[in-house]
Amino acid sequence: MAGTNMDLLRFATAGSVDDGKSTLIGRLLLDSKSIFEDQLEAVEATSEAKGYDYTDLALLTDGLRSEREQGITIDVAYRYFATPNRKFIIADTPGHVQYTRNMVTGASTADLGLVLVDARQGLTEQSRRHAVILSLLRVPHLVLAVNKMDLVDFDQSVYDKIYAEFTQFATKLNVPDLEVIPISALQGDNVVTRSENMPWYSGPTLMHHLEHVHVASDRDLIDARFPVQYVIRPKSDEFHDYRGYAGQVAGGVLKPGDEVVVLPSGMTSKISKIDLFDQEITEAFPPMSVTVHLEDDVDVSRGDMIARVKNAPTPSQDIDAMICWMTTAPLQPRQKLAIKHTTRTGRALVKDIQYRLDVNTLHRDQETKELGVNEIGRVTLRTTVPLLADPYSKNRTTGSFILIDEATGVTVGAGMING
Amino acid sequence: MSQTHSDYRLSQLDQLEAESIHIFREVAAEFEKPVLMFSGGKDSIVMLRLAEKAFYPAKIPFSILQVDTGLDFPEVMETRDRWVARLGVNLVVASIDDAIKNGIIPDAAKISRNRLQIPTLLNAIEENGFTAAFGGGRRDEEKARAKERVYSHRDEFGQWDPKNQRPELWSLYNGRLHEGEHMRIFPISNWTELDVWDYIGREGIEIPSIYYSHQRRVFVRDGMLMSETPLNPLREGEVVEERTVRFRTCGDITLTGCVESTASTIAEIIDEVAVARKTERGATRGDDRFSEAAMEDRKKEGYF
Repeated sequence: MAGTNMDLLRFATAGSVDDGKSTLIGRLLLDSKSIFEDQLEAVEATSEAKGYDYTDLALLTDGLRSEREQGITIDVAYRYFATPNRKFIIADTPGHVQYTRNMVTGASTADLGLVLVDARQGLTEQSRRHAVILSLLRVPHLVLAVNKMDLVDFDQSVYDKIYAEFTQFATKLNVPDLEVIPISALQGDNVVTRSENMPWYSGPTLMHHLEHVHVASDRDLIDARFPVQYVIRPKSDEFHDYRGYAGQVAGGVLKPGDEVVVLPSGMTSKISKIDLFDQEITEAFPPMSVTVHLEDDVDVSRGDMIARVKNAPTPSQDIDAMICWMTTAPLQPRQKLAIKHTTRTGRALVKDIQYRLDVNTLHRDQETKELGVNEIGRVTLRTTVPLLADPYSKNRTTGSFILIDEATGVTVGAGMING
Repeated sequence: MSQTHSDYRLSQLDQLEAESIHIFREVAAEFEKPVLMFSGGKDSIVMLRLAEKAFYPAKIPFSILQVDTGLDFPEVMETRDRWVARLGVNLVVASIDDAIKNGIIPDAAKISRNRLQIPTLLNAIEENGFTAAFGGGRRDEEKARAKERVYSHRDEFGQWDPKNQRPELWSLYNGRLHEGEHMRIFPISNWTELDVWDYIGREGIEIPSIYYSHQRRVFVRDGMLMSETPLNPLREGEVVEERTVRFRTCGDITLTGCVESTASTIAEIIDEVAVARKTERGATRGDDRFSEAAMEDRKKEGYF
């Protein structure tokens, strides 16, 4: 079957309002034949009715009535396309006012971040900010697409200057893999097909890079982490003694026979078998959803974590983390919030706001004692339940959490644990 | 799945499956009373299969809810009954006819039954006290759906507020609710039409026979091929003829068109879907043709 052996790349796009992001996405979708005739016809008809000179591909991606009315993208949208070897999920994040919170949302699950800059403008505050956020979120691959090369006569020196400036800036960030590609989204140069207008560029086209960037090695396959999600106990004669711990592997490789510890109780046992639906399997690794069985009848419930005896996180109620604050009422010391970390929930008290990070300059502002909407800062929390956490830099699943306002039920913060 | 993985890679279909199963388990663990909304179409059936896998060998720990429009294809109802019997799940049917009879919704003969599904569904959710309702919506279906979260919050009127959605980070879903509110859950958000077909093929999943090529008495309406049925009287100038067709979606028989096709196996359907130049909804769903925002408007009111 077509998709059975394909792999998956999730990427988040970022860029200022007029950098041509919608056009680029439209181009990727169009050239990978992921736009259907009826969708294109609808967009053409709307463009014509609005009196535009050209088909506005942004209409394809702006899905909400109010977005089309205002001509802006309000919220993250997810889009899909595939080439013969790979399926792509794009988290299309808006460049507008609410950038940080939406970018964090899109980047949280991304393997790759795509930042667009306008070749005429060069690096802007916005492009630096996007790169900082992608790096904070530990998105392992970054692509800087220098767009609108057609408007600077495909001049190599423009590209070289932006390249130099950005690589210089990136040394301050954690960007393990960077690619800088000169493109014209409007004309299709170096998007899917190699540009004849830029013979001086010898790197990959954007599509080629997206198709070939190696993402499998980005997961932690060393430190076994299995947050227990659900205990499966069938009340049936056939499976009378069945007691399995269901969950999604968050790190490492689990195998029958492994000596394991159940946290936070600290009880030890051995994995007796691992089920994937009705099959017994010999190993489980991220992001598989499986059911683990233990040799001993230890008490295990949702919120617990199974790890290796000699390699387990230390349960802790004192958390030091970077927080992206997402709501208008500011985060303040002494505030109490609900916290969700893996399958564990509890409450958290804000003990201290150490600093607010200026995402433009990377300056740490230690004077401000609160975080406003879309601001990022370093915070210490005290939680009611111990978290079974790793540093975010080591594991994006066991190192992340969300904060919830208990009165409104809304997710108000995204946290990344420092190590 | 093979027994050893030298490179520890999961195919995209396995990744999607793992993500969906994670969502099913998360909801079952955190919500008081979930329910799976079931239309009988291919997406709902894939959802049933995923739910079966998520809790195996235990039974699926929630009921399934079907809104009976009175206009469903008989082949779809037969498939539904076989799945319900095989899985031993509890089926709740919310019937539009009953809702009209009981005065819950007006008997407005001129309103499409598609729209009457909304109050019928919301009433069933409220009456049964369901706090989470799984739906088979996919983000690739429609541009309003591309904006939808996996956990989609609904207020006490069942309304979706697209401008005020909760941020959704990592795989940390927030299921907090106030009294009277509920959550719509979309475990196959990230699947495309092709993924669904690949999965049906890989898993050997039974789907209604109308998805496969068959002979059917049809007529042309609004550019779509519609089934001849007493539920959908012919209008002037419409002529019935027999053609070789199949369906790409299963909905209300009076609004769901079919396409000419000889694809009679999953492999042939996949070949056809892979080169299709029209979306499944654009090609065969009359209900999405009312306006550019038809889906968004219905979703705001509580449609799934």
